[in-house]
Amino acid sequence: MTVPVILFYLFAGLAVLSALAMVANVRNTVAAAMSLVITMVSLAAIYVLLEAYLVAAIQIIVYAGAIVVLFLFVVMLLNLRSDDFPPGRQRLLKVAGAALGAFAVAELMRGAGVFPAPPPLPEGFGGYRALGIALYTDYILLVEMASLLLTAAIVGALILAKRKID
Amino acid sequence: MIVEVVVKSLFILLVVVAAIAPVITWIERKQSAVMQDRIGANRADIAGITVLGLLHPLADVIKLLSKEDVVPQGANRVMHLVAPLIAAAPAIIAYAVIPFGGVYTFGDHTLSLVAANPDWGLLYIFAIGSLATYGTVMAGWASNNNWSLLGGLRASAQMISYEVTMGLSVVGVFMVFGTLQLQDMAVAQDGTLRVFGFLDVIFGLALPWWLEIWKIPAWGIFYQPLGFLMFLTTMMAENKRPPFDLPEAESELIAGYFLEYSGMRFGLFFMSEFIEVVVIAGLITTLFLGGWSVPWLSTETIIGGVGSVFGQGFATGLCILVHFATFMIKVVAMIWLQMALRWTLPRFRYDQVMDLCWKIILPLSIANIFVTGLVILLVQGGS
Repeated sequence: MTVPVILFYLFAGLAVLSALAMVANVRNTVAAAMSLVITMVSLAAIYVLLEAYLVAAIQIIVYAGAIVVLFLFVVMLLNLRSDDFPPGRQRLLKVAGAALGAFAVAELMRGAGVFPAPPPLPEGFGGYRALGIALYTDYILLVEMASLLLTAAIVGALILAKRKID
Repeated sequence: MIVEVVVKSLFILLVVVAAIAPVITWIERKQSAVMQDRIGANRADIAGITVLGLLHPLADVIKLLSKEDVVPQGANRVMHLVAPLIAAAPAIIAYAVIPFGGVYTFGDHTLSLVAANPDWGLLYIFAIGSLATYGTVMAGWASNNNWSLLGGLRASAQMISYEVTMGLSVVGVFMVFGTLQLQDMAVAQDGTLRVFGFLDVIFGLALPWWLEIWKIPAWGIFYQPLGFLMFLTTMMAENKRPPFDLPEAESELIAGYFLEYSGMRFGLFFMSEFIEVVVIAGLITTLFLGGWSVPWLSTETIIGGVGSVFGQGFATGLCILVHFATFMIKVVAMIWLQMALRWTLPRFRYDQVMDLCWKIILPLSIANIFVTGLVILLVQGGS
């Protein structure tokens, strides 16, 4: 095994374990959120192994660095206790989640070995230059549409928040 | 290859973490004492020798290591114990991409004096910096103390807000240099810039010789003066030291998120702030002050000039020493600036910190990006 393969199994295992820890800690919300952070960082490490450097950096900056911090912020403000989550009501969710997970694993096992070898990567693949040029030439319409959607969401959030204060 | 990286990393750890950071505690005491007309730290001694109070960091470390490590009742034990490590680690590993010397060639071997030089160096710094929030938030939550929790909440709000402006305020810099790699940025600043060059480049006027000779170093601060001010402000706010010390707020929250910590775990929070001071100084030096480059004296001039007399190998070795010394002088100057600001400015109120971020720096940084883009367009259109 080469070093990248070992690193891949290391971070993939870490991602799966911390994702499981997040689900297992569902009654201790802060611990669950911290497990989610470990999952995000492990995924970023896997992106680095796939030479998708920009996606890796953005994964950490946006998901681990901002979104989960906001989760934590809300959890701390609400000051949830573990008895706010009665255990009985999660049984159906657990069964459904387990069934879905088993299905995904079975599909992966079936698909293993079927996928063809990936083609060699072009020069600069996954870097900020290649991605930036692609985003602002070929996919400019989609970028603009996404930014319009985000602007609408920000304006909507502002209006909702303002109404409460007045 | 591996050996080279390990040697560079050890160098950084020994010089930055083990040597500079403790000395900064002494600098902070002495500088605040001078600014407040006091004597400052001068008591710690070994056999009567005090060395200007330089033994105080040593005494501090011995005291902190030998104190009892208390976990408060009802606290989340694991998170309480882990939080200081998570706070200190990002500050230390952020230094990996900051170059402390240039790129040199010995025969067919190229030596680049930076521990890791990824293509996306600046993004790495932002990513690592965004993880630094967790140490403070965990510490605040896991202490089972309302003051700590308030400190943690303030820290997370302040750091998330300033991360946005931190990124936007340096977009202008990497638009000018056309790279995110910190070593490339330092290399790009290793030269001079004509003060009146814009007349030639944009307006196409031929410069007379008495305007042509006015040259300044091609540093980022001259391309992006507003970016420099905004980046310094946001980095100081990220570091949570006064005047942005709302998460700690000694007069309101006692000590904020690390209120319940004792011994070396408190020391780790303290150390991570001082290490961040060094990281900020190194980053500002690299982005805005030319990094390791000597003003008005480019690498080719040094190696060419000295090399013609003493030989190429000696000249390159001398160049490494000169560049490292220049880098350290600039870093120390930036540390001094941060200390001077910390002991000069009055503290902000919490809403003022947020207003400064969202209502002043954010619009200014976006305007800065627009103006920079316009100028780059004009310059490239003229040539």
